[in-house]
Amino acid sequence: MIRFILSKLLYLIPTFIGITIIAFSFVRILPGDPVLLMAGERGVTPERHAELSAQLGYDQPIVMQYFDFLGRLLQGDMGNSLVTKKPVLDEFLTLFPATVELGLCAIIIATVIGVTVGVFAAIKRGSWFDQISMTLALVGFSMPIFWWGLLLIIFFSGILGWTPVSGRISLLYYFPNVTGFMLIDSLLSGQKGAFASALSHLILPSLVLATIPLAVIARQTRSAMLEVMGEDYVRTARAKGMPQYRVIGIHALRNAMVPVVTTIGLQIGVLMAGAILTETIFSWPGIGKWMIDSISRRDYPVVQSGLLLIAALVMIVNLLVDLTYGLINPRIRVK
Amino acid sequence: MKHLLLCASALALTATMSEAKTFVYCSEASPEGFDPAPFTAGGTFDASAHPIYNRLTEFKKGTTEVVPGLATGWDVSEDGTEYTFHLREGVKWHSNEKFTPTRDFNADDVIFSYERQGSADHPWHQYIAGVTYEYYTSMAMPDLIKSIEKIDDYTVKFTLNQPEAPFLANIAMPFASIVSKEYADALDAAGTKEDLNNLPIGTGPFKFVAYQKDAVIRYTKNADYWGEGAIIDDLVFAITPDAAVRLQKLKAGECHLMPYPAPADIETIKADPNLKLDEQAGLNVGYLAYNTTVAPFDNARVRKALNMAINKNAIVDAVFQGAAAPAKNPIPPTMWSYNDSIVDDPYDPEASKKILEEEGVSDLSMKIWAMPVQRPYMPNARRSAELMQEDLSKVGVKVEIVSYEWGEYLQKSMEAGRDGAVMLGWTGDNGDPDNFLSVLLSCDSAGPGGANRAFWCNEDFSKLLKDAKITADPAERTALYEQAQVIFKDQAPWFTIAHSTQYVPMSNKVSGFVMSPLGDFTFETVDIAE
Repeated sequence: MIRFILSKLLYLIPTFIGITIIAFSFVRILPGDPVLLMAGERGVTPERHAELSAQLGYDQPIVMQYFDFLGRLLQGDMGNSLVTKKPVLDEFLTLFPATVELGLCAIIIATVIGVTVGVFAAIKRGSWFDQISMTLALVGFSMPIFWWGLLLIIFFSGILGWTPVSGRISLLYYFPNVTGFMLIDSLLSGQKGAFASALSHLILPSLVLATIPLAVIARQTRSAMLEVMGEDYVRTARAKGMPQYRVIGIHALRNAMVPVVTTIGLQIGVLMAGAILTETIFSWPGIGKWMIDSISRRDYPVVQSGLLLIAALVMIVNLLVDLTYGLINPRIRVK
Repeated sequence: MKHLLLCASALALTATMSEAKTFVYCSEASPEGFDPAPFTAGGTFDASAHPIYNRLTEFKKGTTEVVPGLATGWDVSEDGTEYTFHLREGVKWHSNEKFTPTRDFNADDVIFSYERQGSADHPWHQYIAGVTYEYYTSMAMPDLIKSIEKIDDYTVKFTLNQPEAPFLANIAMPFASIVSKEYADALDAAGTKEDLNNLPIGTGPFKFVAYQKDAVIRYTKNADYWGEGAIIDDLVFAITPDAAVRLQKLKAGECHLMPYPAPADIETIKADPNLKLDEQAGLNVGYLAYNTTVAPFDNARVRKALNMAINKNAIVDAVFQGAAAPAKNPIPPTMWSYNDSIVDDPYDPEASKKILEEEGVSDLSMKIWAMPVQRPYMPNARRSAELMQEDLSKVGVKVEIVSYEWGEYLQKSMEAGRDGAVMLGWTGDNGDPDNFLSVLLSCDSAGPGGANRAFWCNEDFSKLLKDAKITADPAERTALYEQAQVIFKDQAPWFTIAHSTQYVPMSNKVSGFVMSPLGDFTFETVDIAE
C-alpha cells in the first residue's frame, strides 16, 4: 500500500511542473495587459506603460519571468495581486473556505441523490421512474448554469420567498470569521437564527452547483449497476435465495461503486468550473468569482498562483480517489 | 423549515431591526482597497473616498459645483499660480481598535496626503509593493504642483507651475482625499503600513467597520462629523456583481438601493409598486471616432457625409431603448459651456451620397469597431454598429464590423494608422469641460497612448482649450469652449452617438438619495421609512 501511495505521489511532480507552465502562460497568452486595462478609455502613454511594466517586472523576457515565478514559488511566495496589492495566498485562504463549503454541500447532494436515483433506475430498468429520471439527468447535464441559477432565484426567492436571493448569511448577523466556514462560524457565534440563516443561503447555490455532477453520477451509477447486476456472482447470490436488498446492497453496489467513485472524483474539477458561474450569480465570495475577476483584469499573479492552487487541490482529491479504490477494491492495490 | 427560512431571509432585515437604521446598498464590484489614492475604479471610490474621507474642496451634492470641504475657503493669486487654502478647524479623525487620534485634522495631513503621491522618494510613496498613483499622474499633478507649504496649522499654500483653471475641481476628485498623518506615523511605528489601506481612518460621514472580501462592507455613522452628518446609523454594502440578481435582492427587500440596472429591466422596475426609479442625464458621451489621419477619413466633408448617413435617433431608440439623449456635441448638455446653438448634422442619406460623390469617394469600404463590453455610455456596441452598417450601406459604403477582447480593443484602438472608426465613450471625472475636450480631442492627446482615438489634431481647437485652461473667469472660459465646439462640429472627427441616462432603482422606503452627475453613490443624506 505504501509503495502504491509513493508511486502515485511521484507522478504528481512532473504534473505539477507542467501545471506551473500552463498556469503561467495561460494568462499571458490572452491579449491586452493589466496596465492597459487599468488605464481604460483614458489610455496610457508608451513611456508610462513601460515605466509601470518595469515596476511590475513585466519588461523581463518571458522565460526569466517564469523562472522568477518558480523561484519565488519554491520559497512560498505567490506574489501580490496587481489590483488589491495583497498577497495572493492570503486572498486565496480568505476565500477558499466559502468555495469548499459550497462545493462539499454540492457534492454531498449530488452523490446522495445521484447514487440513490441511479440504483433505483437500474433496479426498475425500463420503468417510468427510470425513463423520467434519466431524461431529467440528461436535461440537468445540459443545463446552462447561469440561466438555471437565475431561474431558481426568481422562482424560490422572488415568487415564493422561501430562500434568500444571494450572499452567505443575512446581513443582520455579524460575527468574527473563525474558520471561514459559515455553517460552523454561525454555530460558534451563538447568535440565535444565524445557523438557519447560513443554511438557507446555502440551499440554492449548492443545488445549482450540484446539478451537473448529480446528472453525471446518476447516469454512471445506473449503468455500472446494470453491468454488475448481469454478473454471475449476482445471479449466484440470487439463486442462493438472498434477499433483494442484500444482493443489491452488498454484492452489486459495492462492485458498481468503483467507476462511480472515479466519476465523483472527476466531478471535483467540474465543480470548480461550475463554481465560477455559481459564485458570480449568488454573490458567493469564493475563489471561482475571484478567478474570473482576476482573468478579466489580467491580474497575472492571482491567475497563475490561483490556477496552481486549484490544480493542486484537484490533484490531491484525485489522489485520494485513487487511494479510495484501493479500499473498495483490493485488486487495484495489488496491481 | 419554511418558517426558519423566512426568519432568516431578508424580510427580517427591516422587520426585526430595532431602533438602529441600517441602510443596505447592493454594490456592483468589490473595492480594490480603501485608500483612494492608488486606485481608479468608481466602485472603489464609492466604498472609500465618499463615505470615509473628505477633500479640501468637494462637489456640491447632485452637481459638479465645487464647494468648500476640509478647506473653508481659498485665495488665488493674481497670476493664478498660488492657491492659499484656509483649513477647517475642529475636524475629528475617526478612531478604531488600533488607533485613537490625539489631534484634529490640520495642515500636516494635507501635505502628507499630496506628497506621498507626488514625490517618489517619500517614505509612504511605495507603502505597499507595486502601488502607483494613476489618477494623480493622469491629472498631470506631478507637472502642475511646484510646492506645497504649511503657513500655519490651518493654512496651506499650493504653488503651481502654471495657472490651471480646473485645479479646484481636480482636487475635489477622490484621489485627493485627505488621510491622517498621525495615523500613518502610528502605523509606521507598529510596522503595519498596509493598514492605511486595510483599516482606513478618515474624517468622512461614515466610519469603516469591517470588510469581508467580495461579500460585505460595513460602516457606522460618524457621530463627530463636521458637516451635517448621516441620518442612518449603519451603512452596509452587499457586493452583488450580477445586475439581474441585484434587482431580485432589491425586490426581496435584501437591499434598499442598487446601481446599474440592466436597460431591459427598466420597465419592470417602473411597474413595481414597491420600487421607485431615479433618473438623470449622465455626464457621458458615446462616440464613433474616425481615423482622421487616413484617407478618405482625413477629409472633413467625407466625415460629415458619413455622419449624415447614420440615423442617430434609431440607435437611441433601439439600443438605448430611449434612455439617452442624441449627442451633437462632445460634451453632455448637463455640463456648463455646452453649446446648444449648434445644429447637428441632419440625417439625410441623399445629401450624404451627393457629398461623397462630390468628394470623389465611391465604393468605400470601412471597418467599424464595436466594443465587446457594456459601458455606462453604450449598452450594446455591436447592435449600434449593425444599425450603422445598415444605414451606411444605403449610401454605398460597405461596413465590416470588428471587435476584440476589451484589453486588446483598448490597445489596438490607440495604434496609429488604425484601420477603421472606433466606438468608445467617456464619463466625466470632475465636471470640467477640459476633462472631456482636452483628454479626448486635443493635439496633446492625439499622440501614442493618448485618448484621442480620432488622432485629430486641430491647432485652432487645441489653442482654444489651452487658453481656456489658464483663464480664471468662468464666462470667458465658457465662450472659449463654445467656440471649440463649433470647430468640432464643423470638422466632425467623431460621429457623436448619445449621452445615456443613468438610472438608480431603490425601495419606496428610501428618501433623500441624491444622484451624482459624476456617477458617485453617497449615502449621508438618505433615510429609510420604518
